[in-house]
Amino acid sequence: MKLITAIVKPFRLDEVKSALQELGVHGMTVTEASGYGRQGGHTEVYRGAEYKVDLVPKVRIEIVVEDADTEASVDAIVRAAQTGRIGDGKVWVVPVDSVVRVRTGERGPDAL
Amino acid sequence: MKTVHLAAGLDSGDTAWLLAATALVLLMTPGLALFYGGMVRTKSVLNMLLMSFVSIALVTVVWLLAGYSLVFGDDAFGGLIGDLGHLGMAHIGPDDVSGTVPTMLFSTFQLTFAIITAALISGAVAHRTKFAAWLVFVPVWALLVYVPVAHWVWGPGGWISGRLGALDFAGGLVVEIASGASGLALALVLGPRIGFRKDAMRPHNLPLVMLGAGLLWFGWLGFNGGSALGANGLAAASLLNTLVAGCTGLLGWLAVEQVRDGHPTTFGAASGAVAGLVAITPACGTVGILGGAVVGLAAGVVCSYAVAWKFRFGYDDSLDVVGVHFVGGVVGTLLIGLFATEAMTGGAEGLFYGGGLGQLGRQAVAVVVVAAYTFGVTFLLGKAIDRLMGFRASAEEEMTGLDQTVHAETAYDHGVLGHGAPHNSPAVTKDRSPSA
Repeated sequence: MKLITAIVKPFRLDEVKSALQELGVHGMTVTEASGYGRQGGHTEVYRGAEYKVDLVPKVRIEIVVEDADTEASVDAIVRAAQTGRIGDGKVWVVPVDSVVRVRTGERGPDAL
Repeated sequence: MKTVHLAAGLDSGDTAWLLAATALVLLMTPGLALFYGGMVRTKSVLNMLLMSFVSIALVTVVWLLAGYSLVFGDDAFGGLIGDLGHLGMAHIGPDDVSGTVPTMLFSTFQLTFAIITAALISGAVAHRTKFAAWLVFVPVWALLVYVPVAHWVWGPGGWISGRLGALDFAGGLVVEIASGASGLALALVLGPRIGFRKDAMRPHNLPLVMLGAGLLWFGWLGFNGGSALGANGLAAASLLNTLVAGCTGLLGWLAVEQVRDGHPTTFGAASGAVAGLVAITPACGTVGILGGAVVGLAAGVVCSYAVAWKFRFGYDDSLDVVGVHFVGGVVGTLLIGLFATEAMTGGAEGLFYGGGLGQLGRQAVAVVVVAAYTFGVTFLLGKAIDRLMGFRASAEEEMTGLDQTVHAETAYDHGVLGHGAPHNSPAVTKDRSPSA
């Protein structure tokens, strides 16, 4: 199993969600996040004073999938989140040793 | 049914308007609390609100004990201070009349001005003031700074209105310049916030700022219109000037932002309206509508630049009490020297209305004297309190936020752990309710 973590622009969340649902990925965890990459931040002006806001709001999406579904899920996320402009985000994949469904105690892929 | 009778000399129309105006002016201080509260960061917003609200309570007590008598009692010493004949509101009953309104009402109307002037200063020292020190500062400041200046300008035999002949209809000197110069003095005593000129200290809630500005504007109609002390044409003219100057101030500030920064902002609109209202305060009963429009526009433009001085010179006037209230007050007070018209003043005229430079000179003298006195005395008072008990919160309190460290409260429930889910809400550790 793999943990896929995607940091994307908040306004692309709905597209990513439906793309994953079409693939049959059930469930995800979404967290509000802030950060910066090559995009840097943006500038805001209050009473003429410029403030550089270097942490940009993002959402972090986390899903756990079976190994075989990894590539398709990553592709779906990238396609749905892409705008082609700087600041679109990152997706990374790490292996997962075990997963347990809290309600039933099922383990491994059955718990997904 | 209780028999109603009117005291001799009392006018019920005037009294009705001043009753309403008094309520309007009192509402300005909660409005100011919101205006300021929205500008600070989330961790000290409650402290900011409370600094204004507690000023209502402190100044009211001081005013009734001694303030009213020292301002509006008979002149005791060369136009500088009133006497002590009305300490504790002594010898003032429901039948006593000032002008055409009950003395008790006149005193209350004037009290609301003293309240907001003290509360205004809090903006200069936001986010770092020791609350206990503020509780000591406000009443002493009201007696040492507000009271003498108010007597000079509005008290019987006061030297600025009497001997000098400077005009201040509703408080450009007494309220705006006094609070602005005092704010600067206190900002210098306390020093800048940790991170000033380095960290982004964005206003945390601009809708709150807009709401506060709206309440201020609403209340200002009573502040300026009520200063006619009657329900008459002068009240109407002052009220209209107040509306006009707020509008041109707003437009002026937005115009500067569009040209200078590329974006017109809500914060700029709120600030511009307030700057225009500040400037028209001394002038609303002395200039015509054209004059009022120019006064507001000038203040909107000048103040939009003046708020940047603190970064250049390094004093942390956190919420721009100097840039808006001091500078706006100076603009309005001086422009009386150009735009005063006999139709409004009943005598004095400005340069553009055939009065020569004399009035401008009188206005300038009053500005310099009031600014110097209020700055100087507030600076010394601030230093004394700092020596006595410390005026500044500790670095840890400032970094953590005054809401939590001083008041044991949090303004907003942030994040999933605080959203009222029964299993995650903080446990009640000590129930102090009497019914438990």
